[in-house]
Amino acid sequence: MSAHAGYAQPGTFRKYFWSTDHKMIAMQYLFTGMAMAMMGGYFAYVFRMQLGFPNQYVPGYGIVTPGRYNALVTMHGSIMIFWVAMPVLIAAFGNFLIPLMVGCDDMAFPRINRLSYQIFLLSVLVLLSSFLVKGGPFGGAWTAYPPLSASGAYNLTPMGATLWLLAVALEFVAFLLGGINFTVTVMNSRAPGMKMYDIPLVVWMIVLANIIFMACAGPLIAGAIMLLFDQTMSTGFFDPTRGGDPLLWQHLFWFFGHPEVYVVLLPAMGIVAEVIAVFARKKIFGYKTVLYTTWAVGFLSFVVWAHHQFVAGIDPRMANIFSITTLLISIPITEMVFLYVATLYGGSIHLDTPMLWALAFIAEFMIGGVTGIFLGSSGTDIYLHDTYFVIAHFHYTFVPIAIIAVFAGLTFWYPKMFGRMLNETLGKIHFWGTVIPFNVIFIPLFITGTAGDQRRVYSYAQFAEQSRPALEHLRTTSTIGLLVMLAFQLAFLFNFFWSLSNGKSAGANPWRSTTLEWTVPSPPPHGNFAEMPTVYRGPYEYGLPGRVDDFLPQNVPDQAFGD
Amino acid sequence: MTTDAHVHHPNYVKIWAILVVLLVVSVLGSMSHVREIVLIAAFGVAVVKAYLVAKNFMHVNTEKRWVPYLLIVCLLFLSILFAGVAPDVMKHSGLHWSKNPADQTVPPATDRTKNE
Amino acid sequence: MSRNAKPIANTRSGTGIPTARLITWWVIASEIVIFGGLLASYIMHRIAHPEWAASASHTLTWAGALNTFVLLTSSLCAVLAHQAADAHDGPKAANLLRLTALGGFIFLCIKGYEWTLDIREGFVLSSGGFWSFYYTLAGLHGLHVVAGMIIMLIVAAEAAKNQELQRVECIGLYWHFVDIVWIFLFPLLYIAR
Repeated sequence: MSAHAGYAQPGTFRKYFWSTDHKMIAMQYLFTGMAMAMMGGYFAYVFRMQLGFPNQYVPGYGIVTPGRYNALVTMHGSIMIFWVAMPVLIAAFGNFLIPLMVGCDDMAFPRINRLSYQIFLLSVLVLLSSFLVKGGPFGGAWTAYPPLSASGAYNLTPMGATLWLLAVALEFVAFLLGGINFTVTVMNSRAPGMKMYDIPLVVWMIVLANIIFMACAGPLIAGAIMLLFDQTMSTGFFDPTRGGDPLLWQHLFWFFGHPEVYVVLLPAMGIVAEVIAVFARKKIFGYKTVLYTTWAVGFLSFVVWAHHQFVAGIDPRMANIFSITTLLISIPITEMVFLYVATLYGGSIHLDTPMLWALAFIAEFMIGGVTGIFLGSSGTDIYLHDTYFVIAHFHYTFVPIAIIAVFAGLTFWYPKMFGRMLNETLGKIHFWGTVIPFNVIFIPLFITGTAGDQRRVYSYAQFAEQSRPALEHLRTTSTIGLLVMLAFQLAFLFNFFWSLSNGKSAGANPWRSTTLEWTVPSPPPHGNFAEMPTVYRGPYEYGLPGRVDDFLPQNVPDQAFGD
Repeated sequence: MTTDAHVHHPNYVKIWAILVVLLVVSVLGSMSHVREIVLIAAFGVAVVKAYLVAKNFMHVNTEKRWVPYLLIVCLLFLSILFAGVAPDVMKHSGLHWSKNPADQTVPPATDRTKNE
Repeated sequence: MSRNAKPIANTRSGTGIPTARLITWWVIASEIVIFGGLLASYIMHRIAHPEWAASASHTLTWAGALNTFVLLTSSLCAVLAHQAADAHDGPKAANLLRLTALGGFIFLCIKGYEWTLDIREGFVLSSGGFWSFYYTLAGLHGLHVVAGMIIMLIVAAEAAKNQELQRVECIGLYWHFVDIVWIFLFPLLYIAR
């Protein structure tokens, strides 16, 4: 018997703050992630103002001192990866979409789901508390290399360092719990008839991302315990004078850190796949190939990590091996992009806002990908490491992942989540106002990076050989690009909140999509399906000849086909 | 929800007795002065004990096949970690590099252990 | 939603494995890489520092061996509890689970006494490379023993009422994993030279 029979509406507290319903938990993650994104964006504003207009008073902040600068870049990086990209891409979209898309009423373990958000929220609070302690938030970079991160005397933020580490550890626990729940739900709780290859790609991608996360997070959790003890208990795990090795931390961190970028990439690619299928009215070209390539990427991601350490003093012979594997991994990813392009080819392209975002993802991520080749080869990396070239490269991958694909997903599933349509005009204004300035921010940084501008330096005024005034205009241009991009986010915020009550009422399936979430009302009721669906086919039956509708939903029996 | 008795239950006390005997063997073997015997007693026995627990107590071999594969893949990732990290952390010198503090502490110690 | 009612998602079984056992295997898989990461780091350092053998000789092998015996016996109780649950004998399974938890408690007591002796000798967490790893590894393992005991007692309380008997096997699986970790910790920390 369903748990939802005889369901009575809960009170406000139970409904918004104590719910086990996956859709509400998704909203909790989404709004927390959005709030943290505003914080991370604010920090980027502050330090880019310092870089574009060195040592000037920053409106809304003050003067950026060297210590504050280090804390700002550390917090920006940590927040964007751990408290924006992961919660929104994996926890929010995963929670909302998975039960709906596989055709069940909730996650397999709803209370563990609720617990995972609560632990995540605790991690947010612990991180925020680091802003209030003496010394302020951690300033040792999101990579937290010891001895800088292990010694308060070096990093000048001893309490912030430990709080940051605890916050990251809690966030890991939250995502391990949540991820295992997602994986079990997709493995076990699918609708009857939904076989492995009938699962929508975004669900596959989120599950694979969770599996990758689970496999790579373990060694870093071990490393975090060791770093915590080095910080607080006078151990010497990473202290060479006491028998330890700082390189061990680097290896443990990047053994996690590299698969982590694929952990966030995969859901983004999944979202883009869903959007392009719907808005090209065409099935994904080579679904199985996409899947197998993703497995290959997932595995390969575990053998490339030391390309972050080419100049750290690792054995040069290891550098050879990791160069080769790093260059190899570009092949399956490129193949996936080609498959997406092949999906678009010959399709009936509708340039609605979600599709614009999906196309922008493909284009911008490609730039990120090809610039990675220079960094993956140890020879060129020796020059480019720690320059702004690296920053530009990873923003050309991370921004498509954490911002462009997220907007693709939000504009696409907003009608399902909230029962309203977003305003298309505002959506397009927001789109162009984000994507064009994004390139204005980072293309100059490729140039300054190649010229030799070093990362994590608050002001080149102190370093004669670094301060190349000729490049100052590029740095300033980059900052202005950011200011414009941030301003245009207001269009999104207004659109998002205004449309909640004033948007056009969305029906169940405004985009005419085939997957199961579009067969229920918008927003879906508790329990999702009035009658549990059965699945008869794969998720991308579009463009079928001879049908009145150009699509065939997954849950419609074949008899109804008619012709 | 009741259990689906999906496993055959062997004589668990017998397995336990074998495990205890193996424990005694490993402790006795570790007191030997022959390095190979100590290693086999310590780690060989550990592997056998772990296998017995996994097979008889956890019923891994009657589980769906992909379960032990998943666990083995986790061990495989750990071996990849070890293979990638050990050359830097475990060794004290390599191609164009050396670790001086570590080198300074070890030789006196190895001299000491050699003389024992 | 009624407190004890399960969603349909929980009752389906696309893989043929019940969801409770499926999630237990994934938890174990993730714990393998956590302990494995710490163990791999320890092994690398231990091989790099043969001088640590001098420190390692001070660990109390009798305590480690006794603790191994205690955990093996508690694992026996756990699997007998599983057998009882399969025979739908909830109260018997509950009692066996409580015996298992008692084994965990005895393990912690022996460890507490052992560490008291170590600390009195002056060997603490910061006493050097070997001891740092020793306390961290055994401490992380001990935390998992505590967590296991707590969950086990909750499962036992339900099993005594013949409820949720499938969880008996699952907590047993977790407990066997904790036992296997100790099976490897014992030689690594106590008897390897």
